[in-house]
Formats: sequence, structure tokens, C-alpha cells
Amino acid sequence: MTEPRPDPVPPPGAVRTAAPLFAVDGVEVRFGGLVALDDVSLAVAPGSVHGVIGPNGAGKTTLFNVCCGFVRPDAGTLSWHGEPVRDLRPHKLAGTGIARTLQGVGLFRGLTVTENVMIGADRHRRAGFGSALLALRRSDRDERALRDRALAALDELGAAHYADRLPGSLPYPVQKRVALARALVAEPEMLLLDEPASGLGEDEMAELGALIRTLTARMAVVLVEHHMDLVMSVCDRITVLDFGKVVADGPPDEVRDDPAVVDAYLGEEAVQ
Amino acid sequence: MAAPANSPTRSDAAETVEDATGPGRFGRLRRWLPKSVLGRHALLALVGLVVLVLVLEATPPFANSQFATMSYYAIAAAGLTVLTGLNGQISLGHGALMAVGAYTTGLLLTPDGLPLVVVMVIAAVVTALVGVVVGAAASRLHGPYLAGATLAFAIAVPGLAIYFHDFLGGEQGMQITAPRPPAWFSDAVYFLSANETSGVKFLAYVGWVTALLVLLLLANLCSSRVGRVWRAVRDDEVAAELAGIKLGRVRVLAFTVSAACAGLAGAVLGVVVRLAAPSGFTIVLSIGLLTAVVVGGLGSLTGALLGSALLVFLPPAITDVGTSIGLDDVQAAQLAPLVYGAVLVLVMLLAPSGAVGIAKRLVPGFGRGRGLRGRSSRDHHSTRRS
Ligand SMILES: Nc1ncnc2c1ncn2[C@@H]1O[C@H](COP(=O)(O)OP(=O)(O)OP(=O)(O)O)[C@@H](O)[C@H]1O
Ligand SMILES: [Mg+2]
Repeated sequence: MTEPRPDPVPPPGAVRTAAPLFAVDGVEVRFGGLVALDDVSLAVAPGSVHGVIGPNGAGKTTLFNVCCGFVRPDAGTLSWHGEPVRDLRPHKLAGTGIARTLQGVGLFRGLTVTENVMIGADRHRRAGFGSALLALRRSDRDERALRDRALAALDELGAAHYADRLPGSLPYPVQKRVALARALVAEPEMLLLDEPASGLGEDEMAELGALIRTLTARMAVVLVEHHMDLVMSVCDRITVLDFGKVVADGPPDEVRDDPAVVDAYLGEEAVQ
Repeated sequence: MAAPANSPTRSDAAETVEDATGPGRFGRLRRWLPKSVLGRHALLALVGLVVLVLVLEATPPFANSQFATMSYYAIAAAGLTVLTGLNGQISLGHGALMAVGAYTTGLLLTPDGLPLVVVMVIAAVVTALVGVVVGAAASRLHGPYLAGATLAFAIAVPGLAIYFHDFLGGEQGMQITAPRPPAWFSDAVYFLSANETSGVKFLAYVGWVTALLVLLLLANLCSSRVGRVWRAVRDDEVAAELAGIKLGRVRVLAFTVSAACAGLAGAVLGVVVRLAAPSGFTIVLSIGLLTAVVVGGLGSLTGALLGSALLVFLPPAITDVGTSIGLDDVQAAQLAPLVYGAVLVLVMLLAPSGAVGIAKRLVPGFGRGRGLRGRSSRDHHSTRRS
């Protein structure tokens, strides 16, 4: 990651620094007769932005669902920090250090913006049921700590002055920022973003791109996105899916000119 | 909770008006309230206690008995509103959970046996345990399936009392000996109001002190992380799960807390009515509780109180109307369940946020910042672009 080496065989030390934070290996998912993912592998380096692109129905969201434990792969393995991940469940994800935003916004409509983000920070809680029931000082202190975290995350995304509003009363781009704040406040090591730019204007998209780049100091980002400009400008590496298969994998410049990728997207345009 | 000085520039007019007036009347009052959650809620409970003494000492025995009845409805409705309003689980089985509490009380309360407080705590614990089992079964069900499963439970439990008739008294039910007011209590009442303590008044005190305690604890839960997590699971399961929340566990916890309240309510009902019988815990009781909670305003403890008042004071009024339009007594008595049903449907259609929701719209700042926000009509103004 530090400097490009002309040597095609890197010394062992370099291999360790480039060891992936998260890796998917030979994953296969079938829905009945449909093969949604077929022998898909990818490796996310720490502190990198990894794009996953492909035409509609290519299997991108399914891949995210496998990474989150919503869908069990029929074959293949996942690994986290080099260790194989067994029995992955969605509710264990946050504790592991992985956060995900949903396609759409997926905010809690009956909770204020702050409360929404406080739910994202829930893994940092200390107080339990007993202290909540009796409203002990411990519970008050814990609530204040969670609120401070939430407000800091909102502040970072420029949404702090919407803190007491309900999400339904806010413009869509603001809702997306709140959803992002909810994911960031968990302080994940890896952030999965499913179409974060959908419904955003040009300026907001540029802002989002800049934000994603600043996040790499703290976490790896996996990005599913249809907006090619954004993907090409922020990603360090891109995996291209088509009909559930990896058709290309590499840095943006390489992927852009790959004939297989051009084919996949030309096919899509021909269908449309 | 005050509106920030740099209010968002883009907002609809109504919103801005509400934000501007919000901290007015109630906000200024709130500044005098204690900072800690417990301090605030304890102060409210204390005010409630003063009101209780004033009301019970100023009203005749018949009204005392009505208030005693209202106390157990209030306890059960408060538990149900937390389950249904905050966690989104509907239950038609709360009448049966009250039966568990009442029968436990009937079995344990003997003239020279355990003290009443201990019996009530045991009744709550036993019902909570039943709640764990029912809640675990219910946690995987949604909407009509959940309603159906809890309905089956509501129908099965009174049947048990008939099946084990030697032990539980069958159709006739179990007599429960009403506890006598202790001497210190009668002395205190005489000291306060120079009134004699009737048995009924003592029971009204028992019921309402229990109710205030339950409301205090539930209010604590609702304004803590626990209540927030319950509401999050109600609103979006997938997003809640991704935040590390175990859906099943959260649902079972909400059901258990709610069941414990129902068990306490059943215990109070037992000593007030002096009887635990299957006919007292029919599906009409469960539906009545649900009506109370919906009419009062789902998810609001204030709403549960209003709703329970309705359960007590509405049926006699309806029966009076019935007899005055020429129905015989039996027909008039059957009018009340009919009116419940009609009111339930009407409220759901016309004012889904219930009485508390209407009050919020009429009085700016009402019930704000207490962490018991029901779903207000505001969240329908989605500005989502497609
Ligand atoms: N639960 C499911 N049951 C059956 N088929 C499914 C299921 N989920 C996804 N699929 C199918 O798997 C394929 C991949 O879907 P997926 O949602 O992963 O695509 P995507 O790349 O995210 O598409 P888009 O860009 O439209 O979001 C599609 O053909 C879809 O119809
Ligand atoms: Mg998708």
C-alpha cells in the first residue's frame, strides 16, 4: 500500500501488511434454480474503498446479504482478519466491527434523528435492564454518553441541527446522511454501503465521495453503487459482477477498459 | 428538548410554529423539574399520590370501589401499551395473563399466611414466567398470526381453571379473602381526613399505590435505552438487527415486562373482586384492554390511564342510555362490548394516535420530551424522492 514495488514477488513482510481485512472466497448462492452468486471471491484491504458494481440483478445486494448473515451461502467461506467466520448472524455484525447501510434509508420512523443514531451506537452501551428500570445514575450517565456520541456523528455529517426531528419530516438526502451517521457511530472497521448515492444530486454526490475518502483513515469501505463517476473516483479496487459471476477485479483504470466489463454493461444497455 | 437557535431553514410552516411554541408553557415548567430521569418520574408519582389521597378521601364508598376497579385496569393497560405501542406486538391474551395473576393470588393469600405485598410480587413473577413462554412463542409471529396465537392462549387459560376444578374451583371460581387494612393504615387515614377506613377504600389505596409504582417503573424503562430499542424493533427489524439488537430477545423482554404488569393487575383484581373465576377473564376483558390502550393513545402511559378510566366509567353510562331507550337490563348490559368494538374501529380510522394524540395537536408542548412519543401524524409527511 505504501509505495509501488517493481518486484512482482513481494517479500513476506509486505504480504502481511496487504493481508485482507475481510475476504469472501468461492461463495455460491442459489435461489431455487437461479444461481445468484457463482464462485464469487473478493478481498477488502484495510483502509481501502472497494467497489462492487454490475448491472441490475447481478447479485450485488445478495453478496452484501451474505456478508451480513441474512443469506447463507450454499458454498464458500468468509474470513475476517484472516480468521474464518462461522455462524454469521446479522445481530453479531455490529459487535464484530462491521456496519451496513441499507438500500433506501431504513430509518426508524417513530424515533427522532438523535434516537436513530443512538441505536447505531447501542453496542457502546454499558447499563443494563435493571439500571434502566430503576433509572439509576448509571443509566442516565450511559444515555448521556450515547447521546454525545450520536450528536458528534451527526455533527460530522452536518445534520446536528435536525437532531430532534423525526426522519419522515426531513428531505431525502438528509435522511440518507442520518442513516450514514447511524452506521458510522458504531465505529466499525468495515462499512458496507448499498447504493448510498441513490436520490442524491450532483453536489451531494461529490460531497459523499469526499466523505468516503476521509473515512478510509478509520475503516475500510465496500461500496455498491450504480453511479460510475462516483465509483471510479473513490474506489481503490473494483469487483465487477455479472449474472452472479466475477467478470473483472482490479483498480478502476484497469476495470474501466476491461472488455468483459464493457460487454456486461453493453448487454445491459442493449436490453434497455 | 428546546428547539435549537439555528432551527433548520427548510421546514414546513406548521413544524416551525410548533417548534417555536413548544418550550412555552410546558417548557418553562420543565426547567423547574429535576434533571435526572428518576427525579422527574418520582416527582410525578408523588403528585399522583397526593391526588390519589385527595380523591379517595373526598369521594363516597361507591366511587372508591370504582377507583379500585380502575386501578387494575390501569396497571394492565400500562403494561399492554408498552407492548403494543412501543414494541409493536399485539396481544389478545392479556386477560388470560391477568387470570394467572389472580389465581396465583387466590392460591397464596390466606388470612394468616404470606403478607399481601409478598403475594402480589409472587403473582407478578409467576405471570412474568408465563409471559416468557408465551412471548418466546409469539416473538416469531407478526400481525394477524400473533393476534391469533394470543387469542388461543386467552381462550385456553380459563379452560384450565375448569379442567382442574378441584384445585382451581372450576366454573364457580376461587374465593379470595380480602386483606384487612392494618392498624397503622387506618390511623394514618384518620389522622389525614378524620375518615374511617372502609375495606373498599383500603383496596383502592392498594391498587393505586401499585399502579403508581408500575407507572413509575414503566416510565423509567420507556425513557431509557430499553424503550428506545423496543421502538426501533417495532419500526424496522432489519435495521435494528444490523445495529446489533437481538430481535427475539427484545421481543420476549417486552412481553415479559408486559406480562408482569398483567399479573400484578390480576392480583389487584383478585383482592378487589374477592374472586378468581373463569367468567371474569373472558376475551371481552382482553379486547377491553386493547380498546383502552388504543383509545387512550398507543404507547402512551397517560393514554393508558385515560383508557382505563373509560373502561370503568363508560359501561355504566352506556347501560343507563340502554335502559332509558327501553332495553331490559340484560340487553342494556350487552350494549357495552358492542360500543367498545365500535369505538375501537372508529378511533383506529379517525384518530389513530388516540386521545393523547389529539391533546398533543390541540395543546402545543403537551407530553413533549418525555420519551413516550407515539407515532405522531407528522411522520407521514415523507419528502422521499422516487
Ligand atoms: N430472496 C430471493 N429469492 C429469490 N431470488 C432472489 C432473492 N434475492 C435476490 N434474488 C435474485 O438474485 C439475483 C440477484 O439479485 P440482487 O438483488 O443481488 O441484484 P443486485 O445486483 O443488487 O441488483 P440491483 O442493482 O437491481 O439492486 C436477481 O436475479 C434476483 O431476482
Ligand atoms: Mg441491489
